[in-house]
Amino acid sequence: MDSQLGLIEQSFNNRYTLWVHEALDELPDSFTITDPSISGHPIVFASRGFLKMSGFSRAEIIGRNGRMFQGPRTNRRTIMEIREAIREERPIEVNLLNYKKDGTPFWMLFKMSLVFGKEDGRATHFVAVQVPIVSRKHMRNSGMSYSEDGGGSRLREIVFGSCRREVCSDSLLDLDRVLALDSDDTGLEIEDSCEASDLEKRKAATAIDNILSVLTHYSQLTGRLVCGKRCSLPGMGFISSSLYISLGRIKQSFVLIDPHLPDMPMVYASDAFLKLTGYDRNEVVGQNCRFLNGVDTDTTVLYQIKESIRTEQACTVRILNYRKDKSSFWNLLHISPIRNASGKIAYFAAVHTEEGCRNQDRHGLSLEMRQLSAIGAIKVAVRSLSMGAGPSKS
Amino acid sequence: MLRIKRVPTVVSNYQKEETEEAAAAARRVSGCGRNCLNKCCIQGAKLPLYAFKRVNKFKTEMGVHGHEVREPEPPVAFLDSLVLGEWEDRVQRGLFRYDVTACETRVIPGQYGFIAQLNEGRHLKKRPTEFRVDKVLQPFDGNKFNFTKVGQEEVLFQFEASEDGEVQFHPSAPIDVENSPSVVAINVSPIEYGHVLLIPRVLECLPQRIDRDSFLLALYMAAEAGNPYFRLGYNSLGAFATINHLHFQAYYMALPFPIEKAPTKKIISTGSGVKISELLNYPVRGLVFEGGNSLEDLSNTVSDACICLQENNIPYNVLIADCGKRIFLLPQCYAEKQALGEVSSELLDTQVNPAVWEISGHMVLKRKKDYEEASEENAWRLLAEVSLSEERYQEVNALIFEAIARGDDANGGVAESVIGEADAKPKSGGEVDAINKNSCPAMVSGTPECLVLHGSRYCGLMIRYCFYKLASAMTY
Repeated sequence: MDSQLGLIEQSFNNRYTLWVHEALDELPDSFTITDPSISGHPIVFASRGFLKMSGFSRAEIIGRNGRMFQGPRTNRRTIMEIREAIREERPIEVNLLNYKKDGTPFWMLFKMSLVFGKEDGRATHFVAVQVPIVSRKHMRNSGMSYSEDGGGSRLREIVFGSCRREVCSDSLLDLDRVLALDSDDTGLEIEDSCEASDLEKRKAATAIDNILSVLTHYSQLTGRLVCGKRCSLPGMGFISSSLYISLGRIKQSFVLIDPHLPDMPMVYASDAFLKLTGYDRNEVVGQNCRFLNGVDTDTTVLYQIKESIRTEQACTVRILNYRKDKSSFWNLLHISPIRNASGKIAYFAAVHTEEGCRNQDRHGLSLEMRQLSAIGAIKVAVRSLSMGAGPSKS
Repeated sequence: MLRIKRVPTVVSNYQKEETEEAAAAARRVSGCGRNCLNKCCIQGAKLPLYAFKRVNKFKTEMGVHGHEVREPEPPVAFLDSLVLGEWEDRVQRGLFRYDVTACETRVIPGQYGFIAQLNEGRHLKKRPTEFRVDKVLQPFDGNKFNFTKVGQEEVLFQFEASEDGEVQFHPSAPIDVENSPSVVAINVSPIEYGHVLLIPRVLECLPQRIDRDSFLLALYMAAEAGNPYFRLGYNSLGAFATINHLHFQAYYMALPFPIEKAPTKKIISTGSGVKISELLNYPVRGLVFEGGNSLEDLSNTVSDACICLQENNIPYNVLIADCGKRIFLLPQCYAEKQALGEVSSELLDTQVNPAVWEISGHMVLKRKKDYEEASEENAWRLLAEVSLSEERYQEVNALIFEAIARGDDANGGVAESVIGEADAKPKSGGEVDAINKNSCPAMVSGTPECLVLHGSRYCGLMIRYCFYKLASAMTY
């Protein structure tokens, strides 16, 4: 837990320096910044305005995913739209119902934009601005979705007009009560949908510009430049951010190898792999895995691995590997070809397990099962995420 | 009697042709030697058991009032890992008829992003079998293939509710034949990675029909897997279910389905907080269910709707999406049209049987020509044939809402509310008449100003439904 928070702070400061916090804190708007490269896609920064609006403290938010603010009346389709925008790395603007710390639901205009690394074109952060919607368009919870105002009262006219008796005002109130039988748990009445005004949309756009401005400026100090638009295509050997996010959810130690590139480099390494071997990500991505082998590594096993890759078969071997600090460990290595949506092999996945470490996780899934589930998850991610003809409009 | 001919999909390596099945049954072979789930092989059999936690109340992430401090983002949920791991294990053991990841798939450019797959291995070059399509409820027939005949190696694990409210996993648990377990098995002709079958109470040999308990089990599975890309589906008889033994299907597709992207328009919310909307701008007309004060409330509302359709002999499909938080109910009539010869030969030639996955937007095509020419327009045209007509759809909806209102009322039921006259007749007419004629047994009529209604939830819901219909009529 602490290590994750440490990771978060480190990654944010490395890109923008410590001083960016102050600069961002000077902005009055409510916004959050999330990092897709960290497992769980957590919030890495929450503005003062956001804390005030939501009622949470910084400590309660940093490291958590944005879904913590959703609740029973949050529109699921809108959530899907946001999830897909994240997956496809594109900006989005929607009206969204969120919940404060005390459980109060509120409507806001949710505007999300991306920040890209200038050199590698990768999506480094998502910036989300929240503008509370104050304009009141009362749409009764009677299941009618009128857009004209006063539509509700007109309907009541018709109904009561056709009653042969006069209806007393008490009955009118009670009818309202019958119609409003679907109030939520807290007894609050909240609209089923809401539209942000032009003013609110402008507020959101300005806020995004300001934030991007700050981030761009501070990234210049570290030399790790960002910009609001993707400047160059992601370089060779890198994988798309959406695949990155999906793979980040797989907790086993594994790497992805691209057999089509010269010397078959590793194009992805999971956090658990880095922890197991002691390396940093930038030391290993782009390298062939042979750095794991050492003096006493059995060459026949290496040959076995090579053969499996050549024949496009899965294999499990026991191999002596070495960490960065030169200590060795027995690695129960499982390698499998991974196909993409074209049906052809896109990568090989290698899942590592250190022999002798706890044989089962706390739920009782065996070591073998855990390795296979990592392979399964990788297969789903690679296959699904390569199906797109390009982002589809929804 | 209406019948169509199609080649049934092979979901188990032990599924034989109709004639062979009948012959085997006739021989009454005991001790089949296949390691199946029947009495002959099941004694002493063991399978992994996943016991899920029954979550009865929907909580917001931070609790209804006040705040629960939660652990940071959990990694891949356990059930998710179990399904993936077990499935991959069967892949490596060669139990599938083909490698589905070697099947070319693409998203068709367009507004909705229909997904087309070229899968030549799924469909067999066999003689088509006759299926009766005009009876949604048919009795179980032990002579035909059913899931007690699958090999134990095809079963991944048992799936039951945990006794103590905590998730439990036993890597090797005996099968409790007395309390027939529910199991998850592989589909040996998968249409995507992870394609499995959820078979509630497998040994009870329930026919393909939804009941409240089974539907709730399916919802628990969706919720427990916690992965919005792991969806469950159900096909009734007459809506392209192949096997008349109660089962749901599920698989992974880490992309949105076109149906999930379609806009919706809210119709009403029930007394138990379930929001019911209708699909807009989608070739197949259907309803969307969300919300609910608890998973059980949502489940019961949808089950009641399904049961209503079954009892009215209307074939339908169900898609459980978004970790069980969004459920699509789609009545259909394609098989009927096919039996009556009303489907164009062009569509028939594609041999696409529009079941839940196809209707959701995932089209599995067996001819390269169809795959290469796949377009949003073609997909739309096919699915439009599946949909009920607007008129019929509205009739069916009225039936569904009546059934839901009754079910809702049975749950709610405290006397409340004072309302205008019993014979008030708003312009839409039909539905309010239904209220008056039907079941409010405690409705006292005749008093001049006010009526006290028991079962006010029923009336409240029906009134809101009427207003919705009225409003829709007025806006056109």
